[in-house]
Amino acid sequence: MTDRRRFAVKAIVVVVVGAVLLYLPQQLASFEVGNLNKVICFAIAALGLNLLTGYNGQISIGHGAFFGIGAYTSVILVADHGWPHFATIAAAAAIAFVVGVLIGLPALRIEGLYLALVTLALATVFPQLISRFSDLTGGSQGKNVRLPDRFTAPDWTGLENDQWKYYVFLAFAAVAFLLVRNLVHSRAGRAIISIRDNETAAETLGVHSAAYKVATFGVSAMIAGIAGALYSFETSFVSAGEFTINLSITFLVAVVVGGAATIIGPAVGAFLVVYIPIWLDDAGADPQLSPVLFGASLILLMMAAPGGILGLYRRLVGWGSRRMKKGAPPPTQSTPDALASVT
Amino acid sequence: MTALLTAEGLTSGYGPVRVLHGLDFSIDEGEVVVILGANGAGKTTTLRAISGMIDVKGEIQWDGASIANKKSEDVVRLGIAHVPQGRGTIADLTVEENLFAGAFIRKDHDAVRADMTTWYELFPRLAERRQQPAGNMSGGEQQMLAIARALMSRPRLVLLDEPSLGLAPLVTRELFDRLRQINRDTGTTMLIVEQNANLALDISARGYVLEAGLMVVAGSSEALKADESVRKAYLGY
Amino acid sequence: MDLFLDRFFLGLQQGAVYASVAMALVLIYRATGLVNFAQGEMALFSTFITWQLWDDGWNIVLAIVVSMVLSFVGGAAIERFLIRPVGEVKTNALSVVIVTIGLLLALNALAGWIWGVESKTFPKIFGTDFVNIGPASISYQALGVLAVLAIEVVLLYLLFQKTKVGLAMRAVTSNSESSRLVGVRVGRVLMFGWGLAAAVGALAGALYASELATLDTSIMLQLLIYAFAAATLGGFDSPVGAVVGGLLVGEVTVMLGGYVDFVGEDLRLGAAFVLILVVLLVKPEGLFGRKLVKRV
Repeated sequence: MTDRRRFAVKAIVVVVVGAVLLYLPQQLASFEVGNLNKVICFAIAALGLNLLTGYNGQISIGHGAFFGIGAYTSVILVADHGWPHFATIAAAAAIAFVVGVLIGLPALRIEGLYLALVTLALATVFPQLISRFSDLTGGSQGKNVRLPDRFTAPDWTGLENDQWKYYVFLAFAAVAFLLVRNLVHSRAGRAIISIRDNETAAETLGVHSAAYKVATFGVSAMIAGIAGALYSFETSFVSAGEFTINLSITFLVAVVVGGAATIIGPAVGAFLVVYIPIWLDDAGADPQLSPVLFGASLILLMMAAPGGILGLYRRLVGWGSRRMKKGAPPPTQSTPDALASVT
Repeated sequence: MTALLTAEGLTSGYGPVRVLHGLDFSIDEGEVVVILGANGAGKTTTLRAISGMIDVKGEIQWDGASIANKKSEDVVRLGIAHVPQGRGTIADLTVEENLFAGAFIRKDHDAVRADMTTWYELFPRLAERRQQPAGNMSGGEQQMLAIARALMSRPRLVLLDEPSLGLAPLVTRELFDRLRQINRDTGTTMLIVEQNANLALDISARGYVLEAGLMVVAGSSEALKADESVRKAYLGY
Repeated sequence: MDLFLDRFFLGLQQGAVYASVAMALVLIYRATGLVNFAQGEMALFSTFITWQLWDDGWNIVLAIVVSMVLSFVGGAAIERFLIRPVGEVKTNALSVVIVTIGLLLALNALAGWIWGVESKTFPKIFGTDFVNIGPASISYQALGVLAVLAIEVVLLYLLFQKTKVGLAMRAVTSNSESSRLVGVRVGRVLMFGWGLAAAVGALAGALYASELATLDTSIMLQLLIYAFAAATLGGFDSPVGAVVGGLLVGEVTVMLGGYVDFVGEDLRLGAAFVLILVVLLVKPEGLFGRKLVKRV
């Protein structure tokens, strides 16, 4: 397929998908739209995580905490201080960014799995922090946004609340995805990716890897924080129990299942992590058993399709193996890196 | 005399990249054979193919039996030891532990200790550093360790991948003198791949020239040294 | 003074358990270069098996031993069939993390599905008596845990430094390619490492449940974090470090929790987290770990 045709196909797909997305809330029941709103918020959070983990190679199992920071910031500002909703998004973004940088700085000293464990610790500590400062946060009882302060559709739109939220979230998502896409394809993006692939080489080529890594951490946390703030509009309620390690794992799973280091992978992944439990529930699966199946399928997925769904799709469509994310090389063969040491 | 090791139509590479395009060569027991080649010719790949580190097509016969595509752990048990490019030192183990590791497949403890003493005598610098982490040693010392480690398994054939790489000329000379001595004293067969042809051709009886995955020249070391194109390309004069 | 000594011994007691789990983490890390996020839930599953045997009438010590053996087999099987097919840690870190997380989720839920989510009573292995040391008293439980820990350390040290298997494990961690070239069957070494770690985890889980006197599906995640803190402080590749790290983490968190109101009970874990961060900032290889040299 020539480049022009491929572009045309892409454009048509985008337009069609866009039209469907815009039309969807008109057709669906309110609680369904609510589910979709959750998907959109998770998609944005996964997008942020993907930037850090997929493109920059810093594994985080703690993005639930940044999401939670955004959500709590928003709820506290709206409920206790009467802030306008959109302003709280900015506050959430700022605070999440700062915390992200604060984690990102020590993260410079630690690689791969150590970093994952630090972020795991962060995600585990977060609900405890919430409980500790329950005066501010409502602890495990949670904090409610009273009815008059909630995020509702303005009259001039003629929309239901859920639909209004849907379009607002979708707008944020569209902007976020576009900005990340542009970032990834920019010079900064190439620097970020080069750090993932070979930090030492990148440094010798003049990339200030420390600055990029910390900045990416901050931006990634910020995006998750924004997603959290939006999510708080959806539920108008936050409690410690919602932001446990499970949430962080959910985001990471969304990234990996959708396809790490792809732009729309996080969206696909977010859709699945929200809907698969719903489908399983509807199908009458034993709720105790579903995490088992879930965990088991993750493991199988990593063996069969480490590039996630998008990776699988690309393999089927026949993209070059160079462009794929790291797959598992056959055990008996040396990896392509060996080529460098040979020649 | 049937050859100890023969390769026929040896083809191999890394994933989609084919590096060897059908090699034929053979080594007799007790010989020192050299394979010369520039960077990218496929020298390292050839040794890796023999020692089972990569998958191959074609035939590799060892002592009459096929060893193509056998795993490294099995190849060493058949009597082939591989000294990899860059030494492959097990950096976190001490010198002595590296040597013990070399004897991993052996069960004759006393003989292992005796061999260790032998190699300490041949390489006194290793004896000096026996309890130090191997990764702390200089390139030359690590090379000696790598060779001693390979010999600890009492192999019939030792594969050496560019032993002179990164070593000063004096150290390289000393190293090749030792190799010649080992071959003379123990009769251990050696296959050495090198860019630095001078010393290698001096201690070997036969050689091949590898270019872009194919053997282009074969002959006695004397003949190779006399061959003008070989001289110009690999001997520098 | 009494309170101080009580807290001191409590710190040792808790620290000993952290050290046990940290030991398992260090084992897998030394053998495979991998941080096993599923360590806690593997230990949980093993501890449930222990409980089940005890509940069926077995002697608790025998139950633990049997559980350790079963866990060894289970751990080896996990390495062979779930971890190895995914690829090397160095090239596929994210995939490996996901697999261990998947394992974490699956094992936790499986335990809950098999044994239910209500708390179970777990016996005190060393009894409930106390020994008086001056003004303070230390429980037999605490002494017992510390003794077990000491034995573990000695045995593992001997394993790593004095046996062929131990040499093979250290060689594989340092340079698996060269290990292959000298004939080490790397796959078997990895399986052994995981099996051993699973067995150690089973022991640690039983000690922990014995200390808490209850067992339910939620207890292991926090323990895992404390163990991580211990391993980080001590150095991820040092069994001695795991012990020292564990005891220190136990002391620090108990002391902070007791004497610093701000921390209180709720933030003990937070204190552990901050400790991890500080150690990684100041001395990433931990107290006893080797300095990691980045080879270009």
